[in-house]
Amino acid sequence: MKTDIILAGVGGQGILSIAAVLGEAALADSLYLKQAEVHGMSQRGGDVQSNLRLSSSPIYSDLIPKGKADLIVSLEPMEALRYLPWLSETGTIVTNSQPFVNINNYPEMERIEKEFEKINNKVVIDAEAIAKAETGTIRTANMVMLGAAAPFIDIEFSKIENAVRSIFARKGEDIVNMNIKALNAGYEKAKK
Amino acid sequence: MEKQLLLGDEAIARAAIDAGISGVYAYPGTPSTEITEYIQHFSKAENLNIASRWATNEKTAMEEALGMSYIGKRALCCMKHVGMNVAADAFVNSAMTGARGGLVVLVADDPSMHSSQNEQDSRFYGQFAMIPMFEPSNQQEAYDITRYAFDMSEKFGIPVLLRITTRLAHSRAGVERKEMKAQNELSLPENSSNFILLPALARKRYKELLAAQAEYEKSAESSEYNVYFEGSDKSKGIVASGIAYNYLMENFPEGADFPILKISQYPLPVDLFRRMAKECDELLILEEGAPFIEQQLRGLLDSCLNIKGRMDSTLPRDGELNPDIVAKALGHENTHGAAIPELVTPRPPAMCQGCGHIDMYNALTEVARRYENHRVFGDIGCYTLGALPPYRAIHSCVDMGASITMAKGAADGGLWPAIAVIGDSTFTHSGMTGLLDCVNSKSNVTIVISDNETTGMTGGQDSAGTGKIEAIVQGLGVDPSHIRVFEPLKKNMEMMKQIIDEEINYHGVSVIIPRRECIQTLKRKKK
Repeated sequence: MKTDIILAGVGGQGILSIAAVLGEAALADSLYLKQAEVHGMSQRGGDVQSNLRLSSSPIYSDLIPKGKADLIVSLEPMEALRYLPWLSETGTIVTNSQPFVNINNYPEMERIEKEFEKINNKVVIDAEAIAKAETGTIRTANMVMLGAAAPFIDIEFSKIENAVRSIFARKGEDIVNMNIKALNAGYEKAKK
Repeated sequence: MEKQLLLGDEAIARAAIDAGISGVYAYPGTPSTEITEYIQHFSKAENLNIASRWATNEKTAMEEALGMSYIGKRALCCMKHVGMNVAADAFVNSAMTGARGGLVVLVADDPSMHSSQNEQDSRFYGQFAMIPMFEPSNQQEAYDITRYAFDMSEKFGIPVLLRITTRLAHSRAGVERKEMKAQNELSLPENSSNFILLPALARKRYKELLAAQAEYEKSAESSEYNVYFEGSDKSKGIVASGIAYNYLMENFPEGADFPILKISQYPLPVDLFRRMAKECDELLILEEGAPFIEQQLRGLLDSCLNIKGRMDSTLPRDGELNPDIVAKALGHENTHGAAIPELVTPRPPAMCQGCGHIDMYNALTEVARRYENHRVFGDIGCYTLGALPPYRAIHSCVDMGASITMAKGAADGGLWPAIAVIGDSTFTHSGMTGLLDCVNSKSNVTIVISDNETTGMTGGQDSAGTGKIEAIVQGLGVDPSHIRVFEPLKKNMEMMKQIIDEEINYHGVSVIIPRRECIQTLKRKKK
């Protein structure tokens, strides 16, 4: 198997937690993994991405070639579009529908929605609303997004659940359960 | 041992711990910061007693590491590429003294300048100092080579340079550890003459260093990290150093028919290059950073070799490599998804909401605008983002500490008001000496030390001057009545503007210290 994923968002939105969970799940599944992150200056409210590559055979490049990504998972709708050159013809976009507006020339949402109409394979969900409804806080929105992406990743869902447990274990049982709940809510939503 | 998921930086840190270091010496700098942070964390967690407090700058770090090596113990010194410019005096001369305990100098280069002001290639420094050098291509190699580098440093009695780039530093993969080595015992040299670089002794030591070059090259010729892969198609031979090897192999999932020379250890293994040049019609050189290998192969005058690389536009001359650029250089067809829709707008980094630097700039720019010829000389840190709209508050950003000294030079030549903006950590890194120059020259400068009590841009590491800034400034000779401290908050705006205006109009050295803790470190403490 091979799944090449681009995780996208804005610095501070929590894409690295998604990456950490998938990394843990991949390692437990004896898969090869490479995951390139952005640290430093761009983390200060700028656009950030992480290239995450999973495979049953050794991986060379830390970066995904253009046109080869199987999946874009984005915590923000405009950021999903920024990585279209990397998405393969058969690839899927899983994105949060809620914009993160920290610039004064953010495009109108209607125009962004129009762009999404052109994309064949997509899951667009309001991750914040789902997180709030299921767990009472929007802080679990990134786990909702991971859940929504899970059907497109070649790792058994139960193994992703286990990875969430182990990544959040040190924060206590309540936090673990909240994140598992968010993960499942996203998963159910995407399967529909 | 089972695999751990580690950043390239963390693999190096883990290897250094497992190789038995007694100290890590560094100043934070992207993309090298995580190495020291990892060692600090695990030294404490595993009770290893490794000296790991942040150094004030890269030069003090390099010298402290050399002192550790002098007494026979192993030390790691880490920095980003431009940090090497600061450490260069100590670094180059450490090749003259040689090492006793294993001494590895890690430099993380930043091609494409993700978080830097240039993309200088540190391999030139290794060659300049004439020491062995390594360039791992992946996370496992980063671990294995770091351990090997410590052994080699002790075997040859010389510091070893380890060069990585951003992409390896900040990318994770599974890494397998080896057994942990105990730290070396303290042992003093019977004869210290190597370490006393008086001309007469240094001349002798230099001849030894020159003579050792053949040994270093021999080691590179037979190194398990420099590999010649046979190939049946000799129309082209491909040289790939460090991480470039990954982008090459990404383009040959079934393996390549061309001979490939993978380089991870320097000085360059000349015999392996000779062999490739002899059996191939053309050489393609892939390297991350400057055309360091390519330039040496080409030489100054035309040679009969047909060489392709960054110098003949087969690959771009600047910027980091990626699988697409390498595919193009190989003549492979590039794949490409849909174009980025026009509506997608850049989202540049910005200062955090609630940051004290913002309040400082709001007051400073309003006052400075009253003076037609004012210039604000900036420095390196989060506050460099004050160059961007809506602030457009600074007129220069060059290197660590240059705000104070450039303001002084401009003031010496008659500019008024000449204003410097520098952070607390950058001030203790390289600003203090410049301030002493100002005091001694009685320069007409206004210096703002925007104190957030941390090293912010790299993620909130301890700042060497926390709690001592006024004492340092006063100790350097600034008149206490012109050291002005305030808390940068919206509600203090009128008072802040008044103080800034008063100090601009004082003809002499004044230091203004807006002080409020970084909101990121504050948030972390509250958690």
